[in-house]
Amino acid sequence: MAADAAGELTQLTAAEIAAAVAAGDVSAVEVTRAHLDRIAAVDPEVHAFLHVADAPALAAAEAVDRKRAAGDPLGPLAGVPLALKDVMTTNDMPTTCGSRILEGWRPPYDATVTRRLREAGVVILGKTNMDEFAMGSSTENSAYGPSHNPWDLSRIPGGSSGGSSAAVASYEAPLAIGTDTGGSIRQPAAVCGIVGMKPTYGGSSRYGLVAFASSLDTPGPLARTVLDAALLHEAMSGHDPCDSTSVDAPVPPVVAAARQADVAGLRVGVVTEFSGDGYQTGVQARFNEAVELLESLGAKVVEVSCPHFTYALPAYYLIAPSECSSNLARFDGMRYGLRVGDDGTRSADEVMSLTREAGFGAEVKRRIMLGTYALSSGYYDAYYGKAQQVRTLISQDFDAAFEQVDVLISPTTPTTAFPIGERADDPMAMYLADLCTIPSDLAGNAAISVPCGLAPEDGLPVGLQIMAPALADDRTYRVGAAVEAALQQRWGGPLLAQAKGLAQPRGGAR
Amino acid sequence: MTQAAQLVRYDEAVSRYEPVIGLETHVELGTTSKMFCGCPTTFGLEPNSAVCPVCLGLPGSLPVTNKAAIEYTIRIGLALNCTIATWCRFARKNYFYPDMPKDFQISQYDEPLCTDGWIDVVVDGEDIRVGIERVHLEEDTGKSLHVGGATGRIHGAEYSLVDYNRAGIPLVEVVTKPVPGTGALAPVAARAYVTELRDLLRALSVSDVRMEEGSLRCDVNVSLAPHGAAAWGTRTETKNVNSLRSVERAVRFEIERQAAVLDASQKVVQETRHFHEDNGTTTPGRSKEEAQDYRYFPEPDLVPVAPEREWVDRIRASLPELPAARRVRLQAEWGLSELDLSQLSNGGALDLVSETVAAGASAADARKWWMGELARHANESGTDLAELPITPVQVARVSALVQAGTINDKLARQVLMAVLAGEGDPDAVVQARGLAVVSDDAALTEAVDAAIAANPDIAAKIRDGKTAAAGALVGAVMKETRGRADANRVRELILQRLA
Repeated sequence: MAADAAGELTQLTAAEIAAAVAAGDVSAVEVTRAHLDRIAAVDPEVHAFLHVADAPALAAAEAVDRKRAAGDPLGPLAGVPLALKDVMTTNDMPTTCGSRILEGWRPPYDATVTRRLREAGVVILGKTNMDEFAMGSSTENSAYGPSHNPWDLSRIPGGSSGGSSAAVASYEAPLAIGTDTGGSIRQPAAVCGIVGMKPTYGGSSRYGLVAFASSLDTPGPLARTVLDAALLHEAMSGHDPCDSTSVDAPVPPVVAAARQADVAGLRVGVVTEFSGDGYQTGVQARFNEAVELLESLGAKVVEVSCPHFTYALPAYYLIAPSECSSNLARFDGMRYGLRVGDDGTRSADEVMSLTREAGFGAEVKRRIMLGTYALSSGYYDAYYGKAQQVRTLISQDFDAAFEQVDVLISPTTPTTAFPIGERADDPMAMYLADLCTIPSDLAGNAAISVPCGLAPEDGLPVGLQIMAPALADDRTYRVGAAVEAALQQRWGGPLLAQAKGLAQPRGGAR
Repeated sequence: MTQAAQLVRYDEAVSRYEPVIGLETHVELGTTSKMFCGCPTTFGLEPNSAVCPVCLGLPGSLPVTNKAAIEYTIRIGLALNCTIATWCRFARKNYFYPDMPKDFQISQYDEPLCTDGWIDVVVDGEDIRVGIERVHLEEDTGKSLHVGGATGRIHGAEYSLVDYNRAGIPLVEVVTKPVPGTGALAPVAARAYVTELRDLLRALSVSDVRMEEGSLRCDVNVSLAPHGAAAWGTRTETKNVNSLRSVERAVRFEIERQAAVLDASQKVVQETRHFHEDNGTTTPGRSKEEAQDYRYFPEPDLVPVAPEREWVDRIRASLPELPAARRVRLQAEWGLSELDLSQLSNGGALDLVSETVAAGASAADARKWWMGELARHANESGTDLAELPITPVQVARVSALVQAGTINDKLARQVLMAVLAGEGDPDAVVQARGLAVVSDDAALTEAVDAAIAANPDIAAKIRDGKTAAAGALVGAVMKETRGRADANRVRELILQRLA
């Protein structure tokens, strides 16, 4: 296939690729090659991938082509390439979680999400960069160097799923898997101008997701369109007996909702707590326009106060580090991954300490120490216990709000993508990037981020967050797709078409 | 402060101080699969062959609760008269150790599955009610083998090997309330409690309770206070006491040691201690000051356990006859006195006798062999009766051979010893050693005639009607036949010949 035509393949949506493969207009191998070529061309600058799996990807694509040739039915995403966050285990690729401590570790098993994707004929191109153990909002905490925002390579692509958002925004893959603990899917999606969805907690399996904070971690889709995100959402989700916290209920009708794309008569609540100081002018402006747009589309918009959302950030920074301090204990150099100091003179305790000292980055250590402190005898009630009470209050705020409205909306992030390095030495400033996304993680409900324009002052994408009750994931798609359709009509095409640089489908390596 | 190393003689110690004991007993459950994954629980497999990502704690793996383990724990709780929680959670106990795959143990902390029960234990013929604080469920750790070094502990070892087959095996911990008031019988009471618990667990079919394989392990708490003191003393916790005999010895040693500390006007240090099988002593482990902060918090990877009441009721209805009830029944069936019964129970012989009776022996015979010859042998070799290499079926067979006149009691003792020595089943021993009683008249008559000829004086007395003298000739015949003759028949033959 000609280079130009191959370039066109990377511009297709997942739905278009699947249709073309199913119709025999293009082979899965051709699609895969086109994306591998795009990765080879642009990833040296974007650095979205930690591992590119050319051979396994092509083998998976060949299997789809064989299946089609044999006349076997293909799933709705068969032959579509995907970038997998390096926090999900893969039995044929390394899994590092962006950490030195897992450098070179090859898991002996596939995560449930990985397995489901393979079974659906999705072609896994490789593993994407991330903040170490998903702790961060910029990928600057990756031990393997930051990823770059395709809109402006000097800026962060968000985090922790920044490799996944950068891969999708730079046309290296139409789909990616991220994980959301405090906003790690929605914030990178917002700052890269794409769609990112955090499903209801338990809606997608955590089995094989290397845990950061067990009660919060949720795998979810990133894509360039709402429909693509819904297709991936449906393919990856569903009850998993290997995950006790997995919801034993049918997957909400997200694809149908994305196709419905209509908000007439829907009640939409604007969270009053998420505006004002700290919100970038352009972000606020685009958000206000989105509110007006929803009204013009027939939604009934009201303001809703969720008073305890103000305490979400501090509560999160007690609960998540507490769980992480325990979850990350197993990285002790005894069984797998890095081992430091095993020279025959040192005790097991010393080797554990030296390994953890050398293997973990500063942010991971900071959170392990925070969490260890919060769980300590004598401090537990004041910190972890109190944070859990706040968590309950936040859930109650949501419950009360969802009695008045069908969905809640807010900006996804207070600002657009900031320059790499700007907040690296200021953890508090970094933590504020997740201000609006954390409540849905604490409450475990569904929330999506869809692009809603560019901030005039810096020309960078702004995300609109749509939150829905637990197990009502379809509502977020319904609203998201309606906003997407109306805005694309206004813009005359997708937001990414307005991008410069590598977020431009034709943008090549410089 | 160094603790006084000397001991106070036991009877002196208990004359001045009142011991309070408490026991924490860990039991591996006999479920087919592990606590949170599908790996088998079979003992003695090739190291690290019964493992998977979950019980190895590999990154990304998640636990799923084994329902059978919950059911077994509820069985235990019900049999111990506990309240079964309507809702409870697992908790993580955080500490670093190489044999713990996740560097935390999934356990239960402030929400145990079963609470507040009791069990009656017979000590010196009297019932003592031992309160049960809690019964909770947790996962076992892997097993470390520390190679090199003097102590067999990790410190000083050249290297260590870890077998994770045991990691994740369901483990139930039964914690008693403090038991005061046993006085000088404290060590015996501790042993009797563990024996009773072991028998209960066996009766419930929740564990095979093989102490030698480590499927039941005890931590023994002991404190002393002067008689009449208002408050109890500071306790020590002696870890990993792994046989009934050791439980008794550990309590006894701690009483003697703590009495010496108190006599010297020193304070008992609250600490964990190690028990040494070889000499029956304990030595300090971690003190309270160095104690770990386990940072317990609810296990976020698991959903709460909320046993439905109907299910609990079904489990209650399916409980088998428990040892205490069985004792009452057997006492009546076998016509035992209280003393007979308590000897049988305390000697751990109740099951063995019962199984021997089931295999065809009379209750009296079964008791005679187990409480006589075999108990003596167990005592001399320092093992528990149940761990002798002889089965109730074999004992019943010995009894049957005596009943049939094939062997006599004296020969039976030889057969038992030979079975213990590994010479095979009773029939094989009788045959191989040629131990069958000679009751063939032709062979016996020959021996009788020889004895009469060799002892003319005695023969004359018998002819004169002094039949009591026949005993001497019987003895001679028995000696000649190396005990294999049927003594009654020999006597008859002698009297016939000399009539």
